Parts: sequence; structure tokens; C-alpha cells
Amino acid sequence: MTIKSTIYLDYASTTPVDPRVASKMMQYLTPDGEFGNPASRSHRYGWKADDAVEEARSHVANLVNCDPREIVWTSGATEADNLAVKGVARFYKSKGNHIITSKIEHKAVLDPCRQLEREGFEVTYLEPDEGGIIHPKQVKEAIQENTILVSLMHINNELGTLNDLTAIGEITREAGIFFHVDAAQSTGKVEIDLSSLPVDLMSFSAHKTYGPKGIGALFVRRKPRVRIEALIHGGGHERGMRSGTLAPHQIVGMGEAFRIAKEEMKADHIKVNAFHKKFLEEAMKIEHAYINGDLNNKVPNILNISFNFVEGESLIMGLKDIAVSSGSACTSASLEPSYVLRALGRKDELAHSSIRFSFGRFTNESEINQTLSILHNVVDRLRELSPLWEMHLDGIDLDTVKWDTN
Amino acid sequence: MAYSKKVVDKFENTLNNPQAFNVGRFDPSEENVGTGMVGAPACGDVMKLQIKCEPSGNTHVIKEVKFKTYGCGSAIASSSELVEMLIGKTLEEAKEIKNKEIVEALELPPIKIHCSVLAEDSIKQAIEDYESKQ
Repeated sequence: MTIKSTIYLDYASTTPVDPRVASKMMQYLTPDGEFGNPASRSHRYGWKADDAVEEARSHVANLVNCDPREIVWTSGATEADNLAVKGVARFYKSKGNHIITSKIEHKAVLDPCRQLEREGFEVTYLEPDEGGIIHPKQVKEAIQENTILVSLMHINNELGTLNDLTAIGEITREAGIFFHVDAAQSTGKVEIDLSSLPVDLMSFSAHKTYGPKGIGALFVRRKPRVRIEALIHGGGHERGMRSGTLAPHQIVGMGEAFRIAKEEMKADHIKVNAFHKKFLEEAMKIEHAYINGDLNNKVPNILNISFNFVEGESLIMGLKDIAVSSGSACTSASLEPSYVLRALGRKDELAHSSIRFSFGRFTNESEINQTLSILHNVVDRLRELSPLWEMHLDGIDLDTVKWDTN
Repeated sequence: MAYSKKVVDKFENTLNNPQAFNVGRFDPSEENVGTGMVGAPACGDVMKLQIKCEPSGNTHVIKEVKFKTYGCGSAIASSSELVEMLIGKTLEEAKEIKNKEIVEALELPPIKIHCSVLAEDSIKQAIEDYESKQ
């Protein structure tokens, strides 16, 4: 066992598997466990595995209030997004070839959209407001005669901001267009009631909600019915929408994680909300710190802050005992700062300076306090090193400086 | 991001002990001070380098150096490394310093080579500024 000296505040990236989930998963692997193939109809190994898969399906359906038959297992939210976007587009292409999404979607939606553009589809990328919200009115205005699908995320993974699914869904329903929602960040964080939400497809991930990586699900509504073209063929599992032998240990893990999420959502929320309040109060005492996202319309488990005059990656290096992520260019292979922050109209230097803190079930108060104290210290030190801070203190407006950009 | 231990150490030492690692400023209007500033905030790094020189024979020797850097960890480490290379060198010798030497000294990964280029540019600018005052 390694000693965990690093404080984990990157829950929006992934969560640890809840030990209760892990112990359940262990029962579906070894010779003395239920290791069967759920598709084996001729013996009890298969039946038992199938029972476990169906129980897990009910737990997932129960958390989001839908029919278990509307849940299709996938390898994760990325596959669920791909299946929804490409699956609907390809199935309904005779009806139209226009898709609406936004500039701040996860790459799991944006990249399939790019692929569909190569296949002849037309995609509108809506611009979020400065807080990261897509307004229902924008969706309404973007709808064309040939629009077949709207795909928008519920909670933005970098900002924590929330879109109004009910209002957007009412518009898509009225227009007779399918509405897909990436809800990878939502489960266990906010209530989702698919019995009343006008949403046709919804993607879920296990590993953002204390389940294992490598498993997710797509909700595909039965009434009114949505049809999709499969991406993976080979046996017709999951009612033909996703072939491939099911992974009971992963599925059971997701089911157990979602069952616990339903039970503990309130307690998790109260705890995380208190951390958010404290963190916000203390971090915003740092001069020239700016919140990215809409404080009045976001979940408390994600907090994205830019510390002006300090570059994000150096801040992450300075915060070496704290695991967080940054919108800084330098943390990505592309050397481009976060496309999400840029889409909000944030200046590049503020996008470079952003840090995402995300809290979760296993965060404790002493970790929050330690992080805040280290954060204050490291920002101060990096500013002492920063020529931009020096210029700012000298009263120079950095926007008027002619930079040597090579 | 897999940084070499050298980058991490240089960065941390500079951060934790800025005075010892030549962080600071000289008055840029002084005659024996040359200032170079390269990069742009929008690109994620700005390096400001100042040299203080003294005439020595028929050339000038860099006596002291101060710097400030806004940028990623390897940009800060690169400037700090460069500063140490400069002290005691004549201007001619300083002009010969190539970014490759910084890359090698810090074992910079390929994606961070631009940080060392920026460092090389900053010393060129600082020397130019100094020479224009003489």
C-alpha cells in the first residue's frame, strides 16, 4: 500500500470505487463466485450472472426513475454518447441531417459530431453565456426543418454549471426532435426523474459516482420510442443496441454504486455543500481570483477558479500535494488552454490560470483546510515570481502592453 | 505530465527560496542594467530577465542577474537554470548560450522545448538592451 500523502480533489475526473461497491464486484469474478456469462441460457452459472445484471439494471433505472428496459450497458459515458449521437443520426438520416450541440460539450459528444460532419451531417455548436449556460431560447432559434437531434450536457464537467433540461426538452418535444443529454456528472449529485423529464436519451458513467471505470449506460426511451443504429455488432446483446458479452462484475459495480447514490445523495450533498461554501469563502480572499461558471446555477462539488497573474500548470506543480486539474494549456498535449473556458469568453490568460477543485464523498474538512492554506501560500509565491503581477502592482494595464509573441 | 526530477527540484527550490535563486528586479533605467522580456500572457508564458554588468578589459562581464517568470513549471525552471549559467560570463560568452544547453541540463521533454527557446530569447534581448545603453 502506498501512503496517500496527496489530497484528492479531482472527483469530477474520477472517483475512487466505494469499498462497498468493490466488495460486491469481487463476488462476480472467481471460481467460487458468480463468474458466468449472462448470455448462457442453459445453466445456473449463466442464470445467476443474468440475475445480477438485471438487478443492477434496476438499481440504475431506480436512481433516474426510468424503466430498467430503457437502460443499455456500455463501456462508459463516452461510448454511451457515441451510441446516442451517431446512433440517432444514422438511424434517422432520412428524416434530416442537422444536429444541435454546444461548444462546451465533452469531447465524447464533440468528436462524434465532427465525425458525423464528415459523413455529411450539419452541426450547429451553440455558444454558452459567460457563466457556461445554454439557454432554451438558443436551442429554439437553432432548430431547422432538417434538425433531428439536440445533444447537450446536464452538468458541465469543468464548471459544474447546470442546463435547464425541462425547458430545453419541452422545445425539442414540440419540434419532434430527439434530445440527448450527457449526464456523466449528474448521478448522485442532483435528482434526475426521467419519468417527467422530456429527455429521449441520457448517458451515464459509473466511475464518477463511486463505481468502477469501464462501465456506463445509455438510457433509450421506449415511450415515445427512440431507435438507434448500433455501433458494435456481434450477438445482438442489449436488444441489438450493443453487442458483446456483458461484464457482470463491472455492471454489478455500477448497480451497487447507483443504489448507494440514491440512498446517500442527500448526505453527500450536505457534506459537499459545506466544503464548497468554506472553500469559496476562503479562496476568494485571494486577490484577483475569479470564479469560472455561474455560481447561482451550479453543483457544489465542482469549483473552477482562475488566479490571475499565475499560470495554472505552475500552480498545479506548486500544489504538488493536492490532486486537482487545470484548464492550462500546459497540462494538455495540444498546448491550447481549455476550450470550455475560451468559449465563455474568458481571456486566454485567465483560461491558463484556472484550477478545477472537485470534492466528494471521501473528502474531509482537514483536507479542505490544508488545501486552502497551501493554495494561499503558493499563489503568493508564484506571484512574487510573476512579471505580470509586478507590472500589475506598478499600475500597468497588461492589455495595453505590446507582447513579443514570436 | 512526467517531468524530470531536475525540473521539479529547480522549480521547487526557486519557488521556496526566491532570493537565493535570483528572483527579483533591478531598476531598468540604470545604465549598467539590461532588460529582456519575451513571451505573452495569452500564450501562457512571459519571461523577464535583467543583467547587471561591469566593464572588464575590452568586454563586459555579467555580475548579477534577476528574473521573473510567468509560466508553467518548466518555464520557471528554465529561467532559473539560465540565470545561473549567466553569472560571471562575458557578454560574448552569454550570447553563445543555446537553448539546447538548458534542455540538456533540465532534461526537458520535447513538448517543453519552447520554454528553453524563450529563455534563450530573453538573454539575447537583455544583452541587446544593455549594449544599446553603452
